[in-house]
Amino acid sequence: MSSLPLAATRRRGRSVRHTLDVRVSPYAYVAPFFLLFCAFGLFPLAYTAWVSLHDWTLLSDEHTFVGLKNFGTLLADGYFWNATFNTLSIGVLSTVPQLLLAIWLAHLLNRRLRMQTLFRISLLLPNVTSVVAVVVIFSQLFGRDFGMINWVLSWFGAGSVDWAAGTASSHVALSTMIMWRWTGYNALIFLAAMQAVPRELYEAATIDGASGFTQLRRITIPMIRPTIIFVVIVSSIGAMQIIAEPLLFGASSGAGGGAVSGGPDRQYQTLALFVYEQGFTKFDFGYASAASWLMFLAVVVVAGVNYLLTRRVKGGLL
Amino acid sequence: MRLRYLTLTAVAFFSAFPLYYSVVVASRHNSALAEVPPPLLPGGNFFANVARVFDTVPFGLALANSVIVAGSISLAVMFFSTLAGFAFAKLRFRGKNIMLLVTVATMMVPTQLGIIPLYLLMVKLEWTGTNYALIVPALVNAFGVFFMTQYLSRALPTELLEAGRVDGCTTWGLFWHVVLPVARPAGAVLGMLTFMSAWNDYFWPLVVLNPDNPTVQVALSTLASGYVNDYVLGLAGTAVGTLPLVLVFALFGKQIIGGIMQGAVKG
Repeated sequence: MSSLPLAATRRRGRSVRHTLDVRVSPYAYVAPFFLLFCAFGLFPLAYTAWVSLHDWTLLSDEHTFVGLKNFGTLLADGYFWNATFNTLSIGVLSTVPQLLLAIWLAHLLNRRLRMQTLFRISLLLPNVTSVVAVVVIFSQLFGRDFGMINWVLSWFGAGSVDWAAGTASSHVALSTMIMWRWTGYNALIFLAAMQAVPRELYEAATIDGASGFTQLRRITIPMIRPTIIFVVIVSSIGAMQIIAEPLLFGASSGAGGGAVSGGPDRQYQTLALFVYEQGFTKFDFGYASAASWLMFLAVVVVAGVNYLLTRRVKGGLL
Repeated sequence: MRLRYLTLTAVAFFSAFPLYYSVVVASRHNSALAEVPPPLLPGGNFFANVARVFDTVPFGLALANSVIVAGSISLAVMFFSTLAGFAFAKLRFRGKNIMLLVTVATMMVPTQLGIIPLYLLMVKLEWTGTNYALIVPALVNAFGVFFMTQYLSRALPTELLEAGRVDGCTTWGLFWHVVLPVARPAGAVLGMLTFMSAWNDYFWPLVVLNPDNPTVQVALSTLASGYVNDYVLGLAGTAVGTLPLVLVFALFGKQIIGGIMQGAVKG
């Protein structure tokens, strides 16, 4: 008889445990991601704003509050504006042709094709190549004296281009590297979206006599617009943060003047590289954080503008 | 139709050629680079050049570090992403949809801009110069969670979970005995994708590690930024340090591409 209350307690204990298990455990399962993102993603980003309001260097433990002084200095800093120009220039040069080419390639692949897998694998090869390898390889290809690209250009009577030296030529070289690495990846994302477009639309269009190009313009692009918007935004956010390519290009093209300056005349120093130079070679964390924070605003503005532009596309993209 | 094949073949050629050419250069002597026309076939100097790579930078240590870092990150991402993906795909809890939306939205946050406080944080934790600084922040990411959520909501039959419940499984028991086996194929793809991106990661390791205890990519950049333009040395390092991964990709490419394309359809 005395075992009865005990059993009841045990049952209640089990049901509490069951409730906990069903109601609470899901939060524990998704918690690692949110905790990690807050600690190593969100917190540093927010803390950047705090650091940017201080005179904060590696050399001193004292961080004097200086208000917006860093931002004032920054807006008067010619190197900052130079880096902003370079970022936008390389961003446009690399992203616009890349995405147009990617849509076109996806369109070509969106058919029953022999060697479909082989084509897809080769498209993605550049993307699994590390950025260091890409820049090392392309610095050789873009070499002034013995580079393969100048050799090919010489067939057409062009003189040797010193790719790393000029503003425009270095931007073209860097954009080529970025395009080489990312075009295939984006083409596959567009292809994934295109495969979800109902086949009947194309069949009907073919019966009506629409050409492949017209079908691309009138059917495919309007149908995959959400994916296009997504890719455009992600690509522009990525393009605003380009750093590894110019940093390594400066180091491995042997242009001199230090890798962090983006060439001797800062002709290809991007914003992210400017932040790196201020933060990790001059150890002026306050100033670098102010630059980061302005970059963040620029990223938001550029992504927003591109979102609005792409949203207006209604099949009239090309 | 013929034009389509011609175009795609040309694109495939331009994708593969720089990689091939890097092997050509890596197997030559520096003097061969000055030849006109440039050499188009591999030479016999590859192993001598690779030996020079190991003499110039601590490349063995770099390989070990990269294996440890990329390996631990991949295992952790596979585990935590499957766990979270299971919760998002099949469990019921308040705020689930919002939390999933937030997870996807974080993929658009330019976290690289917080790099200075992140570095200061690592200094505080005394993790600079160690592999912890690379591994811990990368233990799980939004892409992995979203990827496994997508996969499990499609591939995991709810009846299987209900049957497990009837048999008295706790949620953890369900995860261990039912979800993990089902998640294995997608988990493998996620693991390979994660391994490749961790192996190729460059900027953060450069910031937080010392040149005497590098990962492969940091060691490669040291090689490539010597005062003398030793392209052969740089490309020999590249060939040893990154091309094996490219070859693995070429072998498992079909599955990996399937994974990228499935994870990609959003928005």
